[in-house]
Amino acid sequence: TKFSQASSFHSRPKHLLSSPPKKIWGPTFGYKCLESLKMEPLADCSLLPGEERIIDKDIIYICPFSGALKGKVFITNYRLYFKSADADPAVTLDVPLGAIGRVEKMGGASSRGENSYGLDITCKDMRNLRFALKQEGHSRRDIFDILFKYAFPLSHGLLLFAYLSQEKFEENGWSVYKPMEEFRRQGLPNDKWRVTFINANYELCDTYPTILVVPFKATEEDLRKVCTFRSRGRIPVLSWIHRENQAVICRCSQPLVGMSGKRNKDDERYLDLIREANGTAKLTIYDARPSVNAVANKATGGGYEGDDAYQNAELVFLDIHNIHVMRESLKKLKDIVYPNVEESHWLSSLESTHWLEHIKLVISGAIQVADKISGGNSVVVHCSDGWDRTAQLTSLAMLMLDSHYRTLRGFQVLLEKEWIGFGHKFANRIGHGDKNHADQDRSPIFVQFIDCVWQMTKQFPTAFEFNERLLVTILDHLFSCRFGTFLYNCERARDTNELRSKTVSLWSLVNSDLSFYQNPFYTPESNRVLYPVASMRHLELWVTYYIRWNPRIRQQQQSPVEQRYIELLALRDEYLKKLEELQLSDSSPNSSHLSNSSTPNAASPTQHITHLHTPF
Amino acid sequence: MLSSLGSAGGKSAKPSFVSYVTPEEIKSEKEPSRKEKHPDLLPGEVVFCSASTVLKYTQDDLSQRGVFGVLLCTNFRVSFVSDEAPTEEMVRTLFKNKLYGENDIPLSCVDNIYGDKRKLITGGLVKNKYPSKMIIHCKDLRVFQFSLSFSKEEDAKKIFQGIVHHCLEPKSLRCLFAFSYCENTSYPGSYSYCREHLRKKQTVMFDSVEDWTQDMKRTKGNCRVVSENSNFELSPKLPQYFIVPKNVSDEDLTKYQGKGLPMWCWSHHSGCALFKTASIPLVQEDNVCCRMLTAVAHNHLYSVKTEDLSDTLPTVQDILLSYNRFKQFFLIDNTTEFWMSDMKWFSSLDNCGWLDIIRQCLQKAVEVVESLEKENTNVLIMEEGGSDLCCVVSSLVQLMLDPYYRTLLGFQSLVQKEWVAGGHAFLDRSNHLHLKDKVESQSPVFLLFLECVWQLQQQHGPAFQFSETYLTVLSDSIHVPVFTTFLFNNDGHRDSLLRAESPHTQRSPLNCPTVWDWSVQFDCKAQDLFTNPLYTEKPKQDTSVRKSYRPRHLRQLSLPSSAFKTPPKKGFFKDEADNLKKILGVKRLSRWMLSPSSDSPQTSSSVREFYEAWQTKPLDYHGLLLPCLDGPSIRVWMQRYLRWIHDVQILGGGPVAMLSKVSEILGEVQELQRQLDRHGCTLTSNHKGARPRAKTAAAVIAARSSVRLSSSFPFVTSRNWSFKPAIPTSLLQSLMVTGMAGNLADREDDGGPESLV
Repeated sequence: TKFSQASSFHSRPKHLLSSPPKKIWGPTFGYKCLESLKMEPLADCSLLPGEERIIDKDIIYICPFSGALKGKVFITNYRLYFKSADADPAVTLDVPLGAIGRVEKMGGASSRGENSYGLDITCKDMRNLRFALKQEGHSRRDIFDILFKYAFPLSHGLLLFAYLSQEKFEENGWSVYKPMEEFRRQGLPNDKWRVTFINANYELCDTYPTILVVPFKATEEDLRKVCTFRSRGRIPVLSWIHRENQAVICRCSQPLVGMSGKRNKDDERYLDLIREANGTAKLTIYDARPSVNAVANKATGGGYEGDDAYQNAELVFLDIHNIHVMRESLKKLKDIVYPNVEESHWLSSLESTHWLEHIKLVISGAIQVADKISGGNSVVVHCSDGWDRTAQLTSLAMLMLDSHYRTLRGFQVLLEKEWIGFGHKFANRIGHGDKNHADQDRSPIFVQFIDCVWQMTKQFPTAFEFNERLLVTILDHLFSCRFGTFLYNCERARDTNELRSKTVSLWSLVNSDLSFYQNPFYTPESNRVLYPVASMRHLELWVTYYIRWNPRIRQQQQSPVEQRYIELLALRDEYLKKLEELQLSDSSPNSSHLSNSSTPNAASPTQHITHLHTPF
Repeated sequence: MLSSLGSAGGKSAKPSFVSYVTPEEIKSEKEPSRKEKHPDLLPGEVVFCSASTVLKYTQDDLSQRGVFGVLLCTNFRVSFVSDEAPTEEMVRTLFKNKLYGENDIPLSCVDNIYGDKRKLITGGLVKNKYPSKMIIHCKDLRVFQFSLSFSKEEDAKKIFQGIVHHCLEPKSLRCLFAFSYCENTSYPGSYSYCREHLRKKQTVMFDSVEDWTQDMKRTKGNCRVVSENSNFELSPKLPQYFIVPKNVSDEDLTKYQGKGLPMWCWSHHSGCALFKTASIPLVQEDNVCCRMLTAVAHNHLYSVKTEDLSDTLPTVQDILLSYNRFKQFFLIDNTTEFWMSDMKWFSSLDNCGWLDIIRQCLQKAVEVVESLEKENTNVLIMEEGGSDLCCVVSSLVQLMLDPYYRTLLGFQSLVQKEWVAGGHAFLDRSNHLHLKDKVESQSPVFLLFLECVWQLQQQHGPAFQFSETYLTVLSDSIHVPVFTTFLFNNDGHRDSLLRAESPHTQRSPLNCPTVWDWSVQFDCKAQDLFTNPLYTEKPKQDTSVRKSYRPRHLRQLSLPSSAFKTPPKKGFFKDEADNLKKILGVKRLSRWMLSPSSDSPQTSSSVREFYEAWQTKPLDYHGLLLPCLDGPSIRVWMQRYLRWIHDVQILGGGPVAMLSKVSEILGEVQELQRQLDRHGCTLTSNHKGARPRAKTAAAVIAARSSVRLSSSFPFVTSRNWSFKPAIPTSLLQSLMVTGMAGNLADREDDGGPESLV
């Protein structure tokens, strides 16, 4: 019963025009909840290459929106799939096992009440699933064991699905990001900044990438010395350079100042080299943390750059809270949006989650970084270890400063570089394949970052080449374990586990179907700094992500503006074609009023989504 | 088509502007020019007083930067004329109001005036004093700050007292600018020409039997048009013309001056209809109310539901209180305070209750829609007076059910029908005259309606022919005392006043423009921004289908129409008339009491089901529209409320960035269509009816790279592209991480529990 129909699984109308509105989100993620699938009921859920069926079972899905639904669930090594038997239209669930955070037994053999015996599944993507089974004969034992095993393969000595997948794509996503190419695009190396291979074997810093850019004047020896004074050896290295004013964004971890207020001449000199490189008078160090936390970190050997030690630097705290606060915040948000949206005092409830407040702090931190850079001043950004808040700040600031990162491929590069390359601990933060749902290392830092990006796309709807679908797809596969992209904590672990040769990149999927992720309104404007407004007045809850499982909300997610625009584009092309035909058949001189600029478009009408200058 | 009716304001007023110069820089010029300056006055406009060397602070800071100029008070406005000459670029402001500029405040638009230490100034209190700083909050949410301390004491005193007197103290209606404006314009002539025009192609004014008959025919209603009040003989409070159920007798018409008369609003295609009425007096010997109900029931299948809006919706005072709290969030005189309040934004918004009032009105309208659409019962909504929330709800119901009202002209006709002819007391509700005894009756009910429309519009953009900008401008126009639309309490009031004020023969009343004559305020280019580029007209094919079938909406519920299928209902009134009389004799009609089918109080859950059933059907923008009422779906009307706040302008962004691209393509498509038409090519598409302009104004603006669009477009167009981002200033005191999160905040990211500090 194994089907190798990757293509059919991805099948969707090529043109948005012809796609039914509901299907807008593409195949895998349960958007089809109320939609009937093309396949035969139950027997032939089309599987991914490498996906295998493990168990089928009659079950009752307790849908929070439509009530208890009888149907059949099947579990593969990749997903949980449910289809209702009698509801019309059929309700289906299609949940990658990677999205499952916790599986629990609900009720006991003697529990009373209807549907009180079954399974309770907590997902990482803002929903919970409840299934009920017959109370006799330990009916849930096998399904529970299987779910538990396959949802948390690493806890059971199994491979993540990404290593089992046989998917093939036209594009190879692993070639999207080549560090040297990216540095060259930025104009590096130059006479102030050099590329070093000191970390080629991860000996300097095991959580950093192999290729680093450092001040030209800093020797390899200097780097080693600085390394001893920075938490986990994460020394300040260049992330981005402004082409005109040569101001740079450097990132690192906190200095190991400790209770005694240790100093390190090499570190001080090193930061001064960064400052010097473009003649910045005062280097600005952005410490992402609230100052109290930075102080408290001294107790555990960390700390921040003191005024005395770093004479030519100013330190600014950005008051962004830690991973634990963020985790609790999102948990609270889930409480008020799932399954039902809090009815009374919605706005006050929303405020009490602080989620948007955190978003605001992250964005306004990034604005400050970007603003400094635009003003020609170099900055150093760090938090405690430099892999959570730091990644958020640097990547958002770069998104504001560099229009390349606002393109589809550029955005992939940004993620590969700032998040994956610089060792955001995806494995720990997401807990891929790991059963320990209460792990304190888990935190939705990357989700929060994508939310910030979404806020920016919302405020600047024409500035990004990619659309909301890309962001949702990224978040879905952040959990799904279908692709290797977000697996492991750092490059070193990826190398050890031969990730790039054994798994498929998410960008293979995306880049094989670029048009699906394209924003039709995109208007390239290079050299434009994009400053979003970091006011609660403009920040909004990302309803189409956080509340997308709610059928009442779902209706709102399509963009009629986009639909209308695409319709008009198609109409224009159609008319241009018609007009050209008429002109060909009509030899009268009257027809010469067709403007010149539109004629070339008529030749290949479907390609022209870009701007057309018609001098009317 | 748009003839230059506004020749009155014809000479384009010298544009005012903001300049970013410090007082010191100005002072260095030593002597400010002594030449008497004033704005280009409108016909009939007279300057009362003025003061020179007034400093107008630039809005956004505490740095005391500003620009010097002359502050004047006329019978129309408070006006600031800068000493500096406007630059070339600023002259080309696209979206310029012909009546007043960006530094002008029509007198009726002044909301509150504050003196030193933000002390609220009330009329009559100011004898010989004047503050050194005067802050004016406007009803269109602009904030002006003036310093009078550089002016001559005499002048300062005079201008301050003048402004306070003319803006805050009681006056007679005759003093409103409309009257002297109209007497002094050539307007009446062109207006009457225009009226003929209006009659045929434009806004239906509902000031004639034909208008009402036409509208009833359009909706296939079967009621009685009443023309007995054409000279206000029945009652000066009743509309000149109106429609009642067929069964209402002549005797009923004359009783109680029309109180309790069910006034027809709209007929559903099933035959049932919506009526509204002023609450029926409690004790009625002859049971007028019962007869009226019977009359309504007879309109269609003997079924009627009544809804007393006074019981279930906020009062006009509640509405005012809530709005007063709400608007404060946007009247910003200092950025620090603004950012301080930012963190508590959502709960403040929640606590003021304004969005909740909007939600309640929409929900009530959905309930009525459900009765009409799903149950096909007649509905009678009532309230004391019958011209506030009745207007809100009945207009919303019609917007949801009838796509005609979602066109620009349809919408204007709806406002004419339900609000102007419907007798909404615009004058009392706005209290333009600052009458002490009318303070209580002041309430932004019409604005509340526009807010509800905006919610519908932002949820279902393509369904509306008019744009968000149109609604915003309409909401501003309420406070421009030139238009007859908003100056009176009802038809009778309007008629008597215009007649009395007429300078001409006794027969022809004074002609004032209505707000719908947009050319009085805006030129054609600017008016282009009133249309929504997302809107498409209903495809032509459908109309032919419509003739053969019943006119059913695509997104109509396929639920059985209970009225048709349950004949027992027919006898309801006849059989139980006695019972009914008893009930009515004892207590006020309560909610849905007479509804035989739904006596459950679970209206909200029933509304929810109704919405969900509707939602599963494919969406037809030319069919029934329902709003989503969930928390995240009811939002703040950003354009109206945030447009003047510099710090929250998204430069180069906002929805306008997308919409202007749509406009641009739309322009191209229309141009291509014209070219194809010239080739004699028949097109199947439905874009023909759209205004055949090459490009809409937004597109023109967008194409012109010198001006950048921002989220405040078109009200503010930024001239300055390089700018400093606004960085929230109150970040430090922000996070009050509470309770449980408290110790989490102190923890290290990657430490175990042992690293708690």
